[in-house]
Amino acid sequence: MKIVCRCEDLTEEDIVNAIRKYDMRTLSELRQILRLGMGPCQGRTCLPIAARILARETGQKIEDVMPPASRPPVVPVEIGVVGEDEE
Amino acid sequence: MKSEADVVIVGAGINGCALAYELSKRGKDVVVVDRRHIAAGATGRCGAGIRQQWSTKENALLAKKSVEIFEGLEEELGHPIGFRQGGYLIAIHDEEDMKQARKNVEMQKSIGLPVRIIDREEIKEIVPILDPDGMKAIAATFCPTDGHADPFKTANAYALAAIRNGATFYKFTEVRGIKVENREVREVITDKGSIKTKFVVDAAGAWSSRIAEMAGIKIPNKPVRKEALVTEPLPRIFDAMVISFRHGIYFSQMARGEILGGIPSPEEKIGYHFEPTWSFLKKMAYMLGRYAPILKGTNILRQWTGFYDVTPDALPVLGEDKNVRGFIHCHGFSGHGFMIAPMTARLLAQLITGEKLDLPIERLSLERFEKGTVKEKSVVG
Repeated sequence: MKIVCRCEDLTEEDIVNAIRKYDMRTLSELRQILRLGMGPCQGRTCLPIAARILARETGQKIEDVMPPASRPPVVPVEIGVVGEDEE
Repeated sequence: MKSEADVVIVGAGINGCALAYELSKRGKDVVVVDRRHIAAGATGRCGAGIRQQWSTKENALLAKKSVEIFEGLEEELGHPIGFRQGGYLIAIHDEEDMKQARKNVEMQKSIGLPVRIIDREEIKEIVPILDPDGMKAIAATFCPTDGHADPFKTANAYALAAIRNGATFYKFTEVRGIKVENREVREVITDKGSIKTKFVVDAAGAWSSRIAEMAGIKIPNKPVRKEALVTEPLPRIFDAMVISFRHGIYFSQMARGEILGGIPSPEEKIGYHFEPTWSFLKKMAYMLGRYAPILKGTNILRQWTGFYDVTPDALPVLGEDKNVRGFIHCHGFSGHGFMIAPMTARLLAQLITGEKLDLPIERLSLERFEKGTVKEKSVVG
């Protein structure tokens, strides 16, 4: 068993099965269905590995596997810190 | 690519997927075309809420009938959709709000919704982390049968069930033109080939006006960038969605414990703007801190943008075009397309197959904008 996404506890097998079941071509689809990369690390560990699996499974080149949109903040930040001096 | 179909649906969001299912269930040969993948647009970016508390009867009825379908949908489709009913709590800030709330509640009760006005004490009983002073709330309305579903799972569940019934999905396929002859739809032209059809459905969300233009139809919809954020997961605290029409805020705790919400961005503008803004993050964090001070120590994990496909009255445009036969309008959901999709899809499937409709949709026709219409007031986000 090979763990790919530690935050969301996803294995290589989970990813391969989802790609086949939903006929996926993008990391964005994997993110929606499996929540890959949506945990506290925001995909910093798992996305490159998942991209390689996706490229292999779908016959795409690794550089053609579209990276999902990067979403700020880059690191988690507290609500009270961001919203402090409003008004 | 198939060269012919009974119906071609443009857009694989929740409405396109749900309609594909309803039509395929009725034996129609359906094709769904999307520039990207399932739920890649507004569906996959939405707040996941399902609300029946609307100010117009059209929206309230569509939402109520949709909840009735949501309640049995997992079983019907054979796939999980994450549906749960924790209610919607809507803040009332002053006497003016109270007047509108009383009016809304009266109409909502007349169609059978279990909605009621609650006091500040009950606000805290239903959502213990709320601070009625910070909210500046004098009361609230609450409907316990409102709730949530998982937009990704629901759209995919509809799509998988449609495919099982024989529907075909062409993802990463772009519509380039719609051939109309003698004011009738003939063919949909894509970058992968052309499909002959008598019906084309415009379910393209924020891009619906571009699709309509291909058939020579002008619609008044405008794409408006909306933003949302999500926090780290917390232990289960509350089940309701909290919203305020005055402040525009909405937030709730999702199935896995994270708080998800949005508020109108100070830099809100019309057009295809995809960039998340710092001013949204700041405003949302500030307002969350006021509504639920205990959340001030909670981490924000990410923010993102999506589009409302907004019409002048914030009501959707549904039905066949009056000038182009076979062109079906299914757009203009103005921020609540997800929650009314099950009933919308059923009604449009009935329209296309010539069945009797469960609800009248004439008041949602494109022509209403020529006569003037009553604006939906209960809008957030």
